Amino acid sequence: MISDLFTVTVLVGILASGIRLSTPYLYAAIGEAFGQKSGVLNLGVEGQMLLGAFAAFYVALTTGSLWLGLLTAMIVGALMGLAMAYVTVNLHAEQGISGIGFYLFGLGMSDLLFQKLMGTVETVKGFPEIYIPGLSDIPGIGKIFFSQNILVYGAYLLVPIAWFVLNKTTLGLKIRSVGENPDAADSLGVSVSRIRYFTIILGGTLSGIAGASLSIALLNVFQQNMTSGLGFIAVALVYFGGWRPIGILGGALLFSFINSLQLWMQVLSIPIPSDIAVMMPYVVTILVLVATVSKVRAPSALSKPFERGD
Amino acid sequence: MQSRLNSLIDALLPVLATLAALLVGAVMLMFLKVNPVVAYAALWDGAFGSSNAFAETLVKATPLLLVGIGICISFRGDVINIGGEGQMIIGAVFATWVGLNFTGLPGWLTITLAMLAGFLGGAIWGGIPGVLKAYFSVNEILSTVMMNAIAVQLMNFLLRGPMIDPAQAEMASQIPQTARLEEIFRLPRLVPTRLHLGALIAVILAVLVYILLWRTTLGYRIRAVGQNPHASRYAGIKVQRYMVLALLLSGAFAGLAGATQVFGVNYRMITDGSSSGFTGGAGFNGIVAALFGGLHPILTIPASILFGALLVGANKMQRVVQVPSALITALNGLVVVFVVSSEIIRKRRQRRREADAKLENDSLPPPTGSGDKQLNQAEAGS
Repeated sequence: MISDLFTVTVLVGILASGIRLSTPYLYAAIGEAFGQKSGVLNLGVEGQMLLGAFAAFYVALTTGSLWLGLLTAMIVGALMGLAMAYVTVNLHAEQGISGIGFYLFGLGMSDLLFQKLMGTVETVKGFPEIYIPGLSDIPGIGKIFFSQNILVYGAYLLVPIAWFVLNKTTLGLKIRSVGENPDAADSLGVSVSRIRYFTIILGGTLSGIAGASLSIALLNVFQQNMTSGLGFIAVALVYFGGWRPIGILGGALLFSFINSLQLWMQVLSIPIPSDIAVMMPYVVTILVLVATVSKVRAPSALSKPFERGD
Repeated sequence: MQSRLNSLIDALLPVLATLAALLVGAVMLMFLKVNPVVAYAALWDGAFGSSNAFAETLVKATPLLLVGIGICISFRGDVINIGGEGQMIIGAVFATWVGLNFTGLPGWLTITLAMLAGFLGGAIWGGIPGVLKAYFSVNEILSTVMMNAIAVQLMNFLLRGPMIDPAQAEMASQIPQTARLEEIFRLPRLVPTRLHLGALIAVILAVLVYILLWRTTLGYRIRAVGQNPHASRYAGIKVQRYMVLALLLSGAFAGLAGATQVFGVNYRMITDGSSSGFTGGAGFNGIVAALFGGLHPILTIPASILFGALLVGANKMQRVVQVPSALITALNGLVVVFVVSSEIIRKRRQRRREADAKLENDSLPPPTGSGDKQLNQAEAGS
């Protein structure tokens, strides 16, 4: 019944799982934001996430160490980023299209490894919820904010860090200048390619974590194509958030809360066809994009390869 | 002669990129302890080994080609359409609805109407992101991705509810599928294989899209907007309108691809909950084929056959050497990466040619030389 939605338990449940669900989006979208701020559009996020998710899961399954799994996912993501950086920075390849290539590579490769190394769907015991004495016991709030796994906290810590790095440090200034006016940055002695290598590899690493947050913290399984479009949504959230970490947080939360709401509506068997409910976050995202996106401007050099003029 | 050789080398670059990808694949196969020669022989055999195999390759190539020629239009107009999957689904839904409801008409008429409905469905699903981009500055990459997700859910909803096979509705299994199309409403087969009329339609349309893009004002304007929207605006072209048109047409061909899948191959819609369950990933692979064909509709024909062959051959390879066909998806990705990376070689060669040409011009003795030339021309003219 609709009225079931408005009990405290259910509302707390919706908010708590909404926050949990936002983790992979936050990692991936913040990583993508670094790349885009420096002028590189990476459409391969989904592929990086899939390989990261598999690497984390497989290593965690075979070694029993979640942290080793997470580390492997980061390395795999970073390597995918390195390849992307070489192709887009050194070879000036079309970014959007090479991203699709990396997506297909990650999609096929993770599936291939899964079938060859595992074959069947297995589960691991993922990162546990952390109990914080005192805070976790606060009614409602404790369940929503203070009973999450470590990767959730990491994601929320990442938002202010990303904001600080982008806006308050020399590195951030360099990243932004490379994305806005690479020629000027270059003439001032900033190495455009070095900055872009850094942001793309960082983005890959964060995408790797995003994948791991799915396979060893949120769902605790690996399946073929388990991200099912999540990486593309993360790219969308960067536009949605106007290239600002705080905006990305807002978008990720909105998307995840609606997602969480529809999941709970299905749990409570509210008579809305589940397929229509699953559609809601996407529809709302498009509507919000219509309402907001035109007010923010993309980095000027986004998706343009840099070539030093003579 | 020199220039023909140059353009031949340029055209060979994608082929070299594919060979490079297959080489990487060979290394991967060796890691999986599989003899690459045996694996690739099985792949070749699966794709071209018999007339049946080749027909299957063409059947797989058909949706790639239809999506691909649409991609040629949109990418030429500088609009990135990632929504092929969703557009295929909506096209298929529209067409299937016609095929199941317009049963009182002659077969050929219903099929024609269904194909048009597929075209229309795809056009709507592509047109929406087009309007959003042109008039609300919503990035089309994002909106087409979202529209894919929405289309999948819409399909799942329709096949579980309003469009479910009445026979399934009564059974406990409730398999989410529509009723089967009656025999007279199916696309006729061309030869005694599964090759259907859709393949021929796709090839004809590829030629028509070539004519559209390079022989009509509409095509010229789409390309002009793609190359330089500002200049186009000054020239009086309504830029936004052509952006919408580029995406709309691109979606329409993908919609037709979805329709031909239902009417030529499966004869019903069925869902496993994912988009690739219906499309086989053609919405993405069509982009790959179009890029491989240099965004040229005619060259997209052999490109589609190549990728169709890889997909069909992958199944055979899976059976013979037990390597999951996912390997081919990964290799397709590498092909894309290598092809776009090899662009730089083409550009460098072109720049060198231009520099050489400039050098030659500069070294000509200026005034008398050109005077002689004029004189020669005058003599030739008289």
